[in-house]
Amino acid sequence: MTLSATLAELVRDFRANGRIVIVGASLAGLRGAEALREEGFTGSLTIIGDEPYEPYDRPPLSKQVLKGWVPADHTALPRFREVEAQWRLGVAAIGLDRATKQVRLADGEQVPYDRLLIATGTRARQWPDPAEAALEGVFSLRSRDDAARLQQALAARPSRVLVIGGGFIGSEVASVCRELDIPVTLTERGSAPLVGALGGVIGEIAAQMQRDHGVDLRCGVSVASLEGDAAGHVRRARLSDGTTVEADVVLAALGSIRNVEWLQGSGLAAGFWGVGCDAGGRAFDINGVVTDSVYVAGDVARAPHVLYEYQFLAMEHWDNAVFGAEVAAHNMVNLEPHYRPHLLLPGFWSGQFGVNIKSVGVPPFADEIVFTQGSVKDRCFAAAYGRRGRIVAAVTFDHGKWLEYYAHLIEESAAFPPPPPGWDRPDVMKPVPAEFPAPGVPTAIPDVVLTGHDPNERRAEFRPRGH
Amino acid sequence: MAEETPWQQALRYANRADPYPFYAELRKTPVARQPDGTYVVSTYREIVTLLHDPRVSSDVRKLPARAPAPAEPGAEPITEAVIELEPNIITCDPPEHDHDRRTMTRHFFGPPHAPHQISDLEPDIRRIVAGLLDGMRGKTRIDVVDEFAYPLPVTLICKVLGVPLEDEPRFHAWIETALDALDFGPEAASEEMRSRLAGARRSVKELAQFMSGLLGQYAERPGPGMLSAMVHDGGPDGRMSEGVLVSNAVLLLFAGHETTVNLIAHSVLTLLRHPEALEELRRRPDLIVPAVEELLRFESSVQFWHTRSAVEDIDIAGTTIPAGAPIFLVYGSGNRDPERFTDPDRLDLERPDNEHLGFSQGIHFCFGAPLARLEVQAAVGEFVRRVENPRLVVDPPPYRHNQIFRGPRHVLVDIDGIRD
Ligand SMILES: Cc1cc2nc3c(=O)[nH]c(=O)nc-3n(C[C@H](O)[C@H](O)[C@H](O)COP(=O)(O)OP(=O)(O)OC[C@H]3O[C@@H](n4cnc5c(N)ncnc54)[C@H](O)[C@@H]3O)c2cc1C
Ligand code: HEM
Ligand code: HEM
Repeated sequence: MTLSATLAELVRDFRANGRIVIVGASLAGLRGAEALREEGFTGSLTIIGDEPYEPYDRPPLSKQVLKGWVPADHTALPRFREVEAQWRLGVAAIGLDRATKQVRLADGEQVPYDRLLIATGTRARQWPDPAEAALEGVFSLRSRDDAARLQQALAARPSRVLVIGGGFIGSEVASVCRELDIPVTLTERGSAPLVGALGGVIGEIAAQMQRDHGVDLRCGVSVASLEGDAAGHVRRARLSDGTTVEADVVLAALGSIRNVEWLQGSGLAAGFWGVGCDAGGRAFDINGVVTDSVYVAGDVARAPHVLYEYQFLAMEHWDNAVFGAEVAAHNMVNLEPHYRPHLLLPGFWSGQFGVNIKSVGVPPFADEIVFTQGSVKDRCFAAAYGRRGRIVAAVTFDHGKWLEYYAHLIEESAAFPPPPPGWDRPDVMKPVPAEFPAPGVPTAIPDVVLTGHDPNERRAEFRPRGH
Repeated sequence: MAEETPWQQALRYANRADPYPFYAELRKTPVARQPDGTYVVSTYREIVTLLHDPRVSSDVRKLPARAPAPAEPGAEPITEAVIELEPNIITCDPPEHDHDRRTMTRHFFGPPHAPHQISDLEPDIRRIVAGLLDGMRGKTRIDVVDEFAYPLPVTLICKVLGVPLEDEPRFHAWIETALDALDFGPEAASEEMRSRLAGARRSVKELAQFMSGLLGQYAERPGPGMLSAMVHDGGPDGRMSEGVLVSNAVLLLFAGHETTVNLIAHSVLTLLRHPEALEELRRRPDLIVPAVEELLRFESSVQFWHTRSAVEDIDIAGTTIPAGAPIFLVYGSGNRDPERFTDPDRLDLERPDNEHLGFSQGIHFCFGAPLARLEVQAAVGEFVRRVENPRLVVDPPPYRHNQIFRGPRHVLVDIDGIRD
């Protein structure tokens, strides 16, 4: 047989008889499994997840669920096809042995694989003081159970909610509180909410929006400690500026931590920003050598991106999990030259204070911003982000219909500032500094991060950032 | 005489039944400058790109009056003469567009917390369709346009807006007169078309006066429907001015049925030309939802749109559209673009990934699409189910004159009966 015939036979055999294991039974895990079957993989498929639930969707948790419109247990992800997998739910993977190709589970079982997809995502960073974090009324928000508990607490009409951290989740929860007419204080260590993700110019608009809706917004301060009453229920917070906030519900919205601990000792390039992989989802080992049998997708993956100087991009976004999983699945059951790259332009959406915020590209990569369409006063506008004369990102407030145009410009690395629109021009169309916090300035960690060129993050800072 | 461009040929009345070979020729130059300075865009990708480009305006006030055709030196520019209406949402840009469309949306779909206004119309739609089909009992030959496609949309849009159905003969005549005069092709300069224009002007004016009168009545005495609601409550964006209100009311009345009539008529015609598809649909009634999308792709009710222009120079597909140039987006051609749709001239009721341009895209995406879909699905679905052994009598059928709102004037069909 010729070599290429042998390889083709190999692929056919693997698709029929191979063993694939997916760790992480959420968005990326499920969509990866569906894509594998769609690609014609008929071998054995095992999906391991430490949560007891079938895969569910997280974005509604901070929106419709908290408002009480949708119960937390009605968030199951729609299934697009039968996956015929062995589901191992409620049990965590605690180790990976790449030599014997086995995943070790918390219950002692060893699950062998030929190819592995890592989709373990992230978890919420908890309030750093364990005793304070254990007070009743202190929450974080990542899982269905978290959302159910927080929803109950809000439904009981607390006298005040304190949200610590002005990232997307913190801001969305503050918005829900105002919609439910619950007093809310939001503290943000940076100069404004969303400043890490969208910069100071947009952050200032977000801040004004919060204040207009009655949020007691405190920027440039951090929470020093939480205090409870005799019954162990949280009652107040002491802030770094010496003031106190009386609140009986506290949400720590401090960003997330990648679930990589179980990979310790596996020799994979796993670290603070996730597991390094190539643009096709193939994991790197600690020496920067790409592996053949281990793939990564979703929030836990970081991969070099052609549009951003090949820096490793870590994205905590819904569509990144879906497309990344589809690409990884394709590459798991194909060989060169049939590999596909995952070249998604990052994108997200958020609903808060009645405004639909959307973005494409990587805003923190930019040094300048220019308003391009609409009116800041009406909170209905588009703005483009530039770096050294080319457009790298865009954001819209209630102007999402135009995002595609900017996505197109970003993909083409078009000039910044972009040409003026034909109508609905903002009052000022001069690029100004985008005002992203300098590295090291404490703020909410943005959910799209360029993490340098090193697959292995050896120089990355591992110190957890508490508030 | 210079040879005619593919676009000019596509616009000739003789080619109304089948403009597609000319579109195929046209697509060889995705953005094609015409002798009158108009840029005609015929490929899917370029249409979509321009639909999302904020340098493209839909505002007719920014559109230079087209040069009068050479056959009529000194003729008045058409734009102001015909359209004495203020801009409506289809002919203006943000922010006006966004404000006014939001206001209209409130009254069309209901307030955000009760968004059922459209689906609540379904029983009405089903009753009207059933009545029309029942009325064909005992007949052996029907005209699908006059007896079936026209009455449903017009009854509904009157109900939705609150326009008395008794006025239908009057506004129907005005709209037909205006539509028959609208011509963007080489035949516009003919004696015949020029004489139609005068009538068209009068008709559009009368239509506007009629609307204005109706809105005036509602201002004094509120009544049912969207027009009265718009007169009395502008919502958070404030009330529209009188002139803008009239213009949008005319738009809704007109857009609310002309397009839908043509789609129903074309759907029946197309299915009768594709007996396998008709049979498939009869066997699997659930197919009606994707089927209507495919039928709209196949025979687009809005073949192109004519009010756009470039505000800045736009580089696209190897051409620069200069600032000020009118731009025609030819949806009917983009929907047959083989670069986007595999085997585009084949009718495939289950076509995957059918993101057609029949309702456009971007901010001017059809406002009435949910209503139109509901109507056409019900009408075509029931026609297929109930009409026994339908056969086309004349193929191709005679077409209406209008090039944008392209549709058959009559579709004669012989039938064996009407099932229950
Ligand atoms: C409240 C909230 C709101 C959001 N809103 C938006 C939004 O509006 N727009 C947007 O784009 N994105 C939003 N996101 C982000 C989006 O939900 C994530 O990008 C997406 O869930 C990522 O999917 P994933 O499968 O990669 O990771 P995850 O959803 O984090 O799933 C990883 C799974 O793996 C499990 N796991 C971890 N470690 C192990 C182990 N060792 N063994 C077994 N299982 C393990 C985890 O428990 C989890 O079930 C939001 C997220 C949250 C929490
Ligand atoms: C099959 C039926 C229909 C088709 C194919 C259709 C098609 C279209 C298209 C292509 C446009 C965009 C024009 C442009 O390029 O700017 C449009 C806009 C519009 N349509 Fe429809 N339409 C249909 C039915 C309706 C109905 C039933 C209504 C009213 C209830 C309606 C109201 C409108 C309005 C108001 C606009 C302007 C929207 C804007 O500019 O924001 N249409 N339609
Ligand atoms: C409701 C608002 C409408 C606006 C703003 C509008 C816009 C326009 C514009 C800008 C032109 C000029 C195109 C050109 O010369 O290139 C035009 C032409 C025309 N329109 Fe409309 N249209 C509208 C509604 C209608 C309606 C409802 C009808 C008839 C039912 C109609 C009939 C015509 C006619 C007859 C012409 C002349 C075409 C020609 O010979 O060039 N218009 N329209």
